[in-house]
Amino acid sequence: MLNYTIRRLLLAIPTLIAISLIIFLLLDLAPSDPTANLPLTIPPEVREKIRQSLGLGDPIYIRYLLWCKQFFINEPLNILEQWLGWGEGDRLRVLSWQTRSPVVDLIVERTPQTLWVVGMSYVVGVAIALPIGIISAYRQYSWFDQIGTFVSMVGFSVPTFFTGVLVIVIFSVWLGWFPSIYDTTHEVTDWESFLFQVRQMIMPVAVLALFNAAQISRFMRASMLDNLNQDYVRTARAKGLRERTVVLIHVLRNSLIPVVTVIALGVPQIFGGAIITEQVFKVNGLGQLLIISIQGGDLPTVQTLTFIFAVLIIVFNLVADVLYGILDPRIRYD
Amino acid sequence: MRLRTLLLGAAAAVAITPAALAERGSDGEVKIIYWQAPSTMNPYLSGGTKELEAASLVVEPLARYDQDGNMVPWLAESVPTVDNGGVSSDLTTITWKLREGLLWSDGSPVTSADVVFTWKYCADPAGGCAQSEKYNDVTDVKAVDDLTVTVTFGVPKPFPYGPFVGAQAPIIQAAQFADCLGAKAPECTDANFGPIGTGPFQVTDFRPNDVISLEANPNYRDPAKPAFATVTFKGGGDTASAGRSVLETGEFDYAWNMQLAPDVLGAMESAGKGTVVSAFGTLVERIMINLTNPDPALGDERSTKAHPHPFLSDPAVRQALSMAIDRALLVEIGYGSAGRPSCNVLPAPEIYKSTANDGCLVQDIEGAKALLDGAGWVPGADGIRAKDGVRLSILYQTSTNAVRQDFQALIKQWWSDIGVETELRNIDASVFFGGDPGSPDTFQKFYADVEMYANNFDGTDPEAYMANWECKQAPTPETQWQGNNMPRYCSEEYDALVAKMAQTGKLEDRATLAKAMNDKLMQEYIILPLVDRGRVSAHSNTLGGVIMNVWDSELWNAADWYRTKTQ
Repeated sequence: MLNYTIRRLLLAIPTLIAISLIIFLLLDLAPSDPTANLPLTIPPEVREKIRQSLGLGDPIYIRYLLWCKQFFINEPLNILEQWLGWGEGDRLRVLSWQTRSPVVDLIVERTPQTLWVVGMSYVVGVAIALPIGIISAYRQYSWFDQIGTFVSMVGFSVPTFFTGVLVIVIFSVWLGWFPSIYDTTHEVTDWESFLFQVRQMIMPVAVLALFNAAQISRFMRASMLDNLNQDYVRTARAKGLRERTVVLIHVLRNSLIPVVTVIALGVPQIFGGAIITEQVFKVNGLGQLLIISIQGGDLPTVQTLTFIFAVLIIVFNLVADVLYGILDPRIRYD
Repeated sequence: MRLRTLLLGAAAAVAITPAALAERGSDGEVKIIYWQAPSTMNPYLSGGTKELEAASLVVEPLARYDQDGNMVPWLAESVPTVDNGGVSSDLTTITWKLREGLLWSDGSPVTSADVVFTWKYCADPAGGCAQSEKYNDVTDVKAVDDLTVTVTFGVPKPFPYGPFVGAQAPIIQAAQFADCLGAKAPECTDANFGPIGTGPFQVTDFRPNDVISLEANPNYRDPAKPAFATVTFKGGGDTASAGRSVLETGEFDYAWNMQLAPDVLGAMESAGKGTVVSAFGTLVERIMINLTNPDPALGDERSTKAHPHPFLSDPAVRQALSMAIDRALLVEIGYGSAGRPSCNVLPAPEIYKSTANDGCLVQDIEGAKALLDGAGWVPGADGIRAKDGVRLSILYQTSTNAVRQDFQALIKQWWSDIGVETELRNIDASVFFGGDPGSPDTFQKFYADVEMYANNFDGTDPEAYMANWECKQAPTPETQWQGNNMPRYCSEEYDALVAKMAQTGKLEDRATLAKAMNDKLMQEYIILPLVDRGRVSAHSNTLGGVIMNVWDSELWNAADWYRTKTQ
């Protein structure tokens, strides 16, 4: 297993370099201009100067290599030096064209709210999806299963930009219970501020959790159904085990194996943020950063973010594979 | 002299603003929401409106424009003019005098060295200064003494109020930005995010593209202001939700740029928590007519002067297209109280506004038909007019935007009523306005027969704006398709007017010239103005002191804002 992991990690390096090059080329070929969103009152000569000052005058391979150097060499060395206190750690970093500040700082600044809101919605989504999936499968075609199917279909098919605005209109405008705008500067210091944090998180988390739960509960249900009719279940029952033990120990454990993989593969999406939900609730996390960078033609930010997503996807694919091997002793990679 | 009366008026306006409020910071927090989030606080590194306005809370110019477009001294003692001796009689130098006793928010004095430095900062060719247009033709800025600076221009400047005037050209602190000149400018993240200023507020926490926290500047020149102790400046989301947060839930006090459908905005306002305010400047939604042939068969010579347009070069056709449009209906559907029909491409300030073209306000389909009949364009079997085998078939492009697509559909219908066929096209704004010479879809390349967008000019002086339609401003392959003369209009008479204005100093004469240029463009139907678009914002009913301003930053008088006590 260890050999396998190391092999996979080594293989990931050329993959990631290829991915970074493809992202860079795609972004460069796409028609986008960092000065496009400026007011028309700014004359073309000034726009040209701005483009030059962003380095757009250099040939493409120079810009790619520069990004590689800044991201793969300068950034890690800076962090290392600052941690160890060796040097200044002030090598030139990847700078965003929109804010003219280091992209990595932007990402670090936005990660907490994304993890809180999108991460929490994933946890909540999984927490409600598993029981729903289990009960739905155990009592297939019962009223609970029917309702569960209906809710999943709603959660799956109604887009978050609709449910988001709907809950804002109901709970913020009509009832006035929750704030419609997420305060990213809020710090949890005591009970009261914690309650505020909960209040401002409820709506975005609920909207996203519905979506996540819909997906995962269907996987859970399908996987449970596959196992419930297996011979080993009949054997367990024949041995006189309690029904509870049969379902929750024997069946559930076996059915969780594919579900865990699905859940692990979904984790990178958390870091990707939820572009639409973040916009609707003004959470201003990583998803919002990505979309405004795309709109603003801010190539270094888009490049860095998408690359980090690529890394996360590769890592969690590996995690999923390793988990699979750990959970299912029949599977061996070596 | 007009300027003096203006200054008096401005002084009076300042005096009227409530003096009832006693001390700095007594009104707590004010919350502002901009649905486009500011990405930096340095207006010289970003030309975007959102950044300029956020920065205007912190950094200030020597003079700025009030709500009527009049220039008011801000950090300067007075506005220099030829009459008061501040501008030399040959119009090549202007001498500004700073107010005495001004302090930066860090407590150090504001001196003429800061002003000189500001020019050096923006003029550095490697810095990519977004406002360098403001410092055009400046050859030198000299500090005469601690409080006096003289700006020298290389050419006579009848309107010398580009440098250091308005939200685009504020004074930055020399000490803070000393190491940030030229190519180093983007690396000074701390300074760019938290500039030291003279304005009513100073930055305490800046989160790019998200939220800015500010507090009252302890060294602000008026000890009683600002009334608010802190400002939370949130960015992001969309127009509707920003409007909702001010007008319906009351979570925020001020929302910027409420470009919403009139009925949506009206419904929000009826919740009774806030008020929608609007003001009109120079922004005109217009249709540009391509006087050159955009036929793809022409290859490199497409949309260039080499080939006149097959039918739009006929003035009768252009006039008929204009007559067929019902501008009042466009306003009602697209903008409501935020727009008004316009027959001028130069709609403001008042002294520049021509009344010669107001006939366009009335739609005249029959008249347009008669005009085309008279010019020999007769309907064919399919109802589309033609002459000598040329059909009146138009490709009409604009950027992707709900209101613009509504306008396209309506105008297409009206044009089909007079026998003109229209094909519609919309292009993503970042491509359309992107100016990428490699893209065929930019508004400069104009590979279409007509195109629609909005444009305006900074400040109140239309000289540079009216020069947009000079012959040499036409985008061509030789100029990498740069230039503002989208119609490729070329008239010696017009160019002569532009040249004359560049040498005329007297305001009244300048107004006559500007009007003549506007009338020429309108009466030749080179540009079809549609709607004069206002700026619309919303503020909470508990926020007092808001004076909407289209000529400068909307937040220009944030120092005078206060909380009304009656809820």
